[in-house]
Amino acid sequence: MKVTRRAAFAATALTSALVLAACGGSSDDGGETTTPTGDATTSAAPTPTETGGGDLTGSIVIDGSSTVGPLTEPAAELFMQANPGVQVTVAVSGTSGGFEKFCKGETDGNNASRAIKEAEIEQCAENGIAYDNITVANDALTVLVNADAPAACMTVEQLNAIWDDGSSITTWGQIPGLDVPADFADTPLNLYGPGTDSGTFDFFTEEINGEEGQIRIDYTSIGEDDNAAVTAIIGDVGAMGYIPFSYYQEAGDQVKGLAIDNGDGCIDPAIENVQNGIYTPLGRPLFVYASDKALQQDATVAFFEFYINNSDQIATIAGAVGLTDEQKAEQIAKVQSLAGS
Amino acid sequence: MADEPDYSSRVALPPRTRVAVGGARDVTEALFTSGDRKKKIQGTIFLGLLLFGLSIALIAIAAMIIWAFVAGGPRLNVNLLTNVPSIVTPENAGYRTAILGTLYVIGGVILLIVPLGVGAAVYLEQFANPANKFNRFVDLNIQNLAGVPSIVFGILGLAFIVRGPLSLGFVAAAGSLTLALLVLPTVILASREAIRAVPSSIRDGSLALGATVWQAVWRQVLPAALPGILTGVILAVSRAIGEAAPLLLVGAVTFVTFNPSFFEGGYSTLPTMIYSYAKRPQEELQVLAAAGVVVMLLLLIMINSVAIYLRNRFERTW
Repeated sequence: MKVTRRAAFAATALTSALVLAACGGSSDDGGETTTPTGDATTSAAPTPTETGGGDLTGSIVIDGSSTVGPLTEPAAELFMQANPGVQVTVAVSGTSGGFEKFCKGETDGNNASRAIKEAEIEQCAENGIAYDNITVANDALTVLVNADAPAACMTVEQLNAIWDDGSSITTWGQIPGLDVPADFADTPLNLYGPGTDSGTFDFFTEEINGEEGQIRIDYTSIGEDDNAAVTAIIGDVGAMGYIPFSYYQEAGDQVKGLAIDNGDGCIDPAIENVQNGIYTPLGRPLFVYASDKALQQDATVAFFEFYINNSDQIATIAGAVGLTDEQKAEQIAKVQSLAGS
Repeated sequence: MADEPDYSSRVALPPRTRVAVGGARDVTEALFTSGDRKKKIQGTIFLGLLLFGLSIALIAIAAMIIWAFVAGGPRLNVNLLTNVPSIVTPENAGYRTAILGTLYVIGGVILLIVPLGVGAAVYLEQFANPANKFNRFVDLNIQNLAGVPSIVFGILGLAFIVRGPLSLGFVAAAGSLTLALLVLPTVILASREAIRAVPSSIRDGSLALGATVWQAVWRQVLPAALPGILTGVILAVSRAIGEAAPLLLVGAVTFVTFNPSFFEGGYSTLPTMIYSYAKRPQEELQVLAAAGVVVMLLLLIMINSVAIYLRNRFERTW
């Protein structure tokens, strides 16, 4: 019994020692090797227009949309390569979840795939947070069909007829005004869309069906996994779905992105069209909201300017569309006026 | 069942006894060797069902491990462990900050759940009066808590640990506390079972020799119950290490390139990174997600093997 007792103490001591060793050992190498990505990063490194000399320090906390997060992450990475003294973290708790933290002053910037809502504006005002929306890239939704589907362009009205609440269209032949071969008319139209939590869902339903969240209920929800829609559409000649532009770019020729006719003829889902703002109504700007309080820190100002100036490189990495020179100048002005300089 | 019993060869039993013994033996054999075909088939089917159930579980886990190794294969190298996350050069990205974040969070969880869980179990088993209404209410609640969805603990953690009374902020310690609350019921329930399984003669003997209740518990009951308690800790840690949802609420980020610390700065954990990468369109990040699953399995085995070693060391039969 005596042996057992001693062993019990030893066990407890050993467990704690192991835990402490794990923690202690790891914190030793902290700070020295922040970016051991080697030569690969050198070639990919941008030619930053404003590096701030690399002697900035501070920490920047960004949260928000899962659409904008993949864009802010490479922005943070490139910025930290140029400014090793600054620590940037990016979290992804959704546009709404992010605003909840942003308007409490808990984060410095909020990734948003939509404009701030009334309730969120009130919350920010209550806590004395002044902010502005900084456009960091352009994004677009793409309506996808199978590569063999007999359609290349649809009007907004046709999309609305297919997707609106209460729609009874179940085969390709029932789509109003669409010419389909007789043998294809009875092919079932299988619909895929993202889950109701995603910014993509909000954006599509508002632009196509007129009200956010309004949509027929009998479509297949793919949750947050936009790749699932691509996979499904590749395997089903009658399928249709909508996903962020970047996923369409990755999928390449395996699927067909429909051109959209918003009254001015068919506009292809192509980078130039998104950038020029003619891919309507499914093209949109992506925002990072910045607060006046956060911009009192030089590092935060430098980060936003870096983000805007290197928009092309960052957008390419994330599969979005970079800013035009005009947009860049506009956004830099916003940052500077909010920073009060 | 093989040979026809030959009663006549037995020595000098009176005929009536002989018949009775023979009959009893036949009945017994019929009962225990399942003489009739139907019962034999039933037994085989039952065994088949048991093996089927076992194989489903094994196939599922084998499929997952094989998938992770195949899909993550291209990235299984040292860089995966030592490099920091990178979206710009995903082929060189690693999980260092997430591995350290997981060790911090899980280390904190172990430090919290062992004393709290065992303490609660000892109180409920050895000190509390089971007839007391309040104790029965506590008992019921612990069992219900074990079934509460993890996201609910995330909301609780956000309201009371990150903000509110504790106001720790979005730090690793908040993640530890939240996960500890989540898995505490598991540890308490397992520890109670383990303590209950220690023969009461051990405790009574100790008390009879003049030990106080505390001495009997600390020196006799707890060491004897340790293997069962460690099993509970293993189960709890295994659940905690895989949680992503509650951690996303209490501040685990998806992109951090500096090493974590307990009480300041952002942190990340393996499940949150894997969850984030698995949803990305880039091929490299999906490979990275699969490789992350392998890393997480290895880390889990490492942590648990310590507990398993200790458990086997203390295991004994009465």
